[in-house]
Amino acid sequence: MIEYGKFNDIQLDVLKEIGNIGSGNAASSLAQMIGKTIDMNVPKVDMMRYGDLAEALGGVENLIVGIMIDVTDDLRGTMMFLLQKEFTHEVFNALLGAETRDFSALSEMDLSVIQEIGNILSASYLNAIASLTDLRISISVPAICVDMVGAILSVPAIKYGDIGDEVLLIEGAFTGREDKADIKTKLILILEEASLALLMGRLGVA
Amino acid sequence: MEKAIIVGISDLAAAKAPAVVATYALGSCVGICLFDNIVHVGGLSHILLPKRNNNDNLMKFADSAIPLLVQKLEQMGAHRLRLRAKIAGGAQMFNVGKTDSALGNIGQRNVESVKTALQAEKIRIFAEDTGKDFGRSIFFNVETGALQIKTAFNKIYDI
Repeated sequence: MIEYGKFNDIQLDVLKEIGNIGSGNAASSLAQMIGKTIDMNVPKVDMMRYGDLAEALGGVENLIVGIMIDVTDDLRGTMMFLLQKEFTHEVFNALLGAETRDFSALSEMDLSVIQEIGNILSASYLNAIASLTDLRISISVPAICVDMVGAILSVPAIKYGDIGDEVLLIEGAFTGREDKADIKTKLILILEEASLALLMGRLGVA
Repeated sequence: MEKAIIVGISDLAAAKAPAVVATYALGSCVGICLFDNIVHVGGLSHILLPKRNNNDNLMKFADSAIPLLVQKLEQMGAHRLRLRAKIAGGAQMFNVGKTDSALGNIGQRNVESVKTALQAEKIRIFAEDTGKDFGRSIFFNVETGALQIKTAFNKIYDI
């Protein structure tokens, strides 16, 4: 029996490894797509408050690009990519050519590029986990929101609000060349309790 | 403007004038501002969810946070019959389209629950800026009852 939020060290290590494999795959897919180096930090697995996550993303009012994907089938949860502006610019520049962009009025083309990034990142992340665990994992069409970090994070906070004010985040971080060093682009996976148990069962640490 | 009292998520605060009570980056959450125009006290509640479950933080839910804020204001000399409300937030941040589950309209459900809870307290809503698809930081002047709203792209307006 796994109690939410009370995992032992071995279980946390396994979740970290999941994060490692998933974000590693996602990072290399993205690097391939934009033809640039992407540095990846060692993933963290933490019970975390949304407020703390917002702080790590430059504060609640910082403008970021959020991509949200529903994870369904054997594993149920939410995957989010929180891209800082500089990182998004790098991606745009690589794919669409350099031009100044107004984040309050992104074009259809810009948005479809972001959506496609969401697709590629989530598919490569979750495919890696699916093949490791032999679980069936499906993803929704990515939804996009460009707004304040805090406002974007209110969405998972509400969705998982019944679990508690803290949620287990499997978190990876990317850095592009032009990023501010202190704010990382984040990739987070939130899984429902039963899915965490299933995942750990498959990996022999339940 | 005086230094604002900052209200976090699932949090509330009440203050005597002159004071500004603020909360940052409301997304699908709702900010409820109440004030008494005669004794000049007011407060702000930042709710996350519409209905209380067994969670013990009363400030997290619309239906338990609003009575709590009313109670606080009454203790500071406000009269229930004089209380006026202004509400903001409850946006749908992500356009999830047809694949939408219950999550898509959670902002709207929050707003509805806030309205029901205010009605139960017999408090009228004087102004609202709810729904749509953008986040809001709000600054509530307890003295004048003015509610200033700021968006991610620095649009600033009063309601």
